[in-house]
Amino acid sequence: MNILKSREMILTAAIVVLLGLVATRFPAFIAPSNLVAVFNDTSPLILLAIGQMIVILTKCIDLSVAANLALTGMVCAMINVAAPGVPVVVIIAVAIGLGAVLGAFNGVLVWKLDIPPIVVTLGTMTIYRGIIFLISDGKWVNSHEMSPAFKAFPRAEFLGLPMLSWIAILMTVIFFTIITRTTLGRSFYAVGGNPHAAVYTGINVGKSQFWAFTFSGALAGLVGYLWVSRYAVAYVDIALGFELDVVAACVIGGIAISGGIGSIGGAVLGALFLGVIKNALPVVNISPFWQMAISGSAIIIAIAVNTRAGRTKGRIILKKAEATQ
Amino acid sequence: MSVMKKILSTVAVAAAFTGTAAQAEDMRIALVVKALGIGFFEAAAQGAEEAAAELGDVEVIYTGPTDTTAEGQIEVINSLIAQGVDAIAISANDPDAVAPALARAMQRGITVISWDSGVAPEGRQMHLNPSSNPLIGNMIIKLAADHLPDGGEVAVLSASATATNQNIWIDEMNKVMGNYPGIEVVATVYGDDLADKSYREAQGLMQSYPDLDAIIAPTSVGIVAAAQAVADAGKAGEINVTGLGLPSEMAGAIESGASKSFAIWNPIDLGYSATMIAHALATGEATAEPGASIPMGRMGEVTLDDTNSGAMADPFVYDASNIADFVDIF
Repeated sequence: MNILKSREMILTAAIVVLLGLVATRFPAFIAPSNLVAVFNDTSPLILLAIGQMIVILTKCIDLSVAANLALTGMVCAMINVAAPGVPVVVIIAVAIGLGAVLGAFNGVLVWKLDIPPIVVTLGTMTIYRGIIFLISDGKWVNSHEMSPAFKAFPRAEFLGLPMLSWIAILMTVIFFTIITRTTLGRSFYAVGGNPHAAVYTGINVGKSQFWAFTFSGALAGLVGYLWVSRYAVAYVDIALGFELDVVAACVIGGIAISGGIGSIGGAVLGALFLGVIKNALPVVNISPFWQMAISGSAIIIAIAVNTRAGRTKGRIILKKAEATQ
Repeated sequence: MSVMKKILSTVAVAAAFTGTAAQAEDMRIALVVKALGIGFFEAAAQGAEEAAAELGDVEVIYTGPTDTTAEGQIEVINSLIAQGVDAIAISANDPDAVAPALARAMQRGITVISWDSGVAPEGRQMHLNPSSNPLIGNMIIKLAADHLPDGGEVAVLSASATATNQNIWIDEMNKVMGNYPGIEVVATVYGDDLADKSYREAQGLMQSYPDLDAIIAPTSVGIVAAAQAVADAGKAGEINVTGLGLPSEMAGAIESGASKSFAIWNPIDLGYSATMIAHALATGEATAEPGASIPMGRMGEVTLDDTNSGAMADPFVYDASNIADFVDIF
């Protein structure tokens, strides 16, 4: 537990240092109102990173999150255009439900057909994008076609924070509880840490992976609605390539690609680290040709620091076992 | 949809036949589009009809395949050759694939021009571009400057740093900056044609340049995202987002006041001009050769360059007064 905590401490320190560096070039960046804006902008990434983290814990990877997001977002937008009277609550329920179904589809293929997750999700990534093209005919759903309520929800402020941020906070709390306080949550660690041992303890490896994909899909679906209403546009290519940011956020957050190691806090901090970089680059006045290199270097440095911090650790099978070590 | 398109094309062909029987002496100009049922081309056909009405003795055959394939267009071209039309004006799905069929049409004495999306030089007599790089470069800065009589700070939000067309337009814009005294381009940023990155870049511009007066985005994803960022920041009316965009995509931004005006080609003018040119060439009033000027009715005239292509006009400006007419077209 101590090691995990220190990993998160290092990442928090890295974010503070990063903020300090940005502030030397652009002091207004660390104004509270701007930090709120940065957190809000990073909220979709946080939500997706939480889902991705659960999938990675079980030794899998979900490359279809961005395509799932785009498809669910397009469906939400089309529902809104066809029936502007449908309340936002229903739209959100549809988004989570459809996202979960798309995620569960990945899960079934991994669980029942035993296809490697990277292959499954690479395939569904293309399939989901293709379906958007089919249902939308390649056309955009534009801001004037969406109802005001549909667009207003993520922007609505409550206690000084937009709803988008509140949803990220709410989901962080919910999934922290699921991961640390439920049998299913613990089984994600067991399955990724040592699948064979997990089987002997009576855990169904495939089923745990199925639930991981379903959670990831549900979160991606939720972000689908939020994304489309925030940017007030839906088209085939929204969030193209965003799955790589999500995986990067997880890796920065100290979630081991080999499975079994990671925490919700790590995923959130990893997403925030990337979010700060993404929001800082436009204001620090650096040539766009350097921006990509800088953002890449920052990721590698963060991961290098992280792996050094975790080097002495062994594999964890169950968190309880680790505590007694 | 596809059944509907088939019916439409059948009707178009049927109309062509009945037209022949009724008024055999009329000049028949075929407007061949990438595919039927696309708003942009329906609007071009509307412009072509306008030209036909103005010319009087012209019958426009609006036709095209049901999907955007070169094979479909070749079939359409072959049937037009068989019908013996006087001129073909085509927006090609593939510059090379349709060229042999069009070359055959020219051998039969049919006037062939391309518009919007060009054909290889051996397959057409001339090509009509909707606009040209210098005209676009000038237009994007003019759009911003028109609303800044006392000068001001503008920033450019482009697609990617390596997008050729964007860079050419920005270069052309910089060449004519001298004509717009008081307008200063403070930054050029890149949104990579991603909504989220463009949105962040627009937010960054507003933070870095508190006195910013306009954002010029010559890219359809960027202009929409920037307009949304400006509206969300409560700066609609204060910062004018302009550039190149489509009316259907920009209607919300015009409504919110984040964008005062933007530009893109006008498909009606394009169809009108293509028909006027086809008529002028088919009647022998003008010949398509480098340096030639061909009249286009109310659109003035087009001057051809070494490759026999020419630019129609400045991009057409859309604002609150006319966007409603175009929002359902494209």
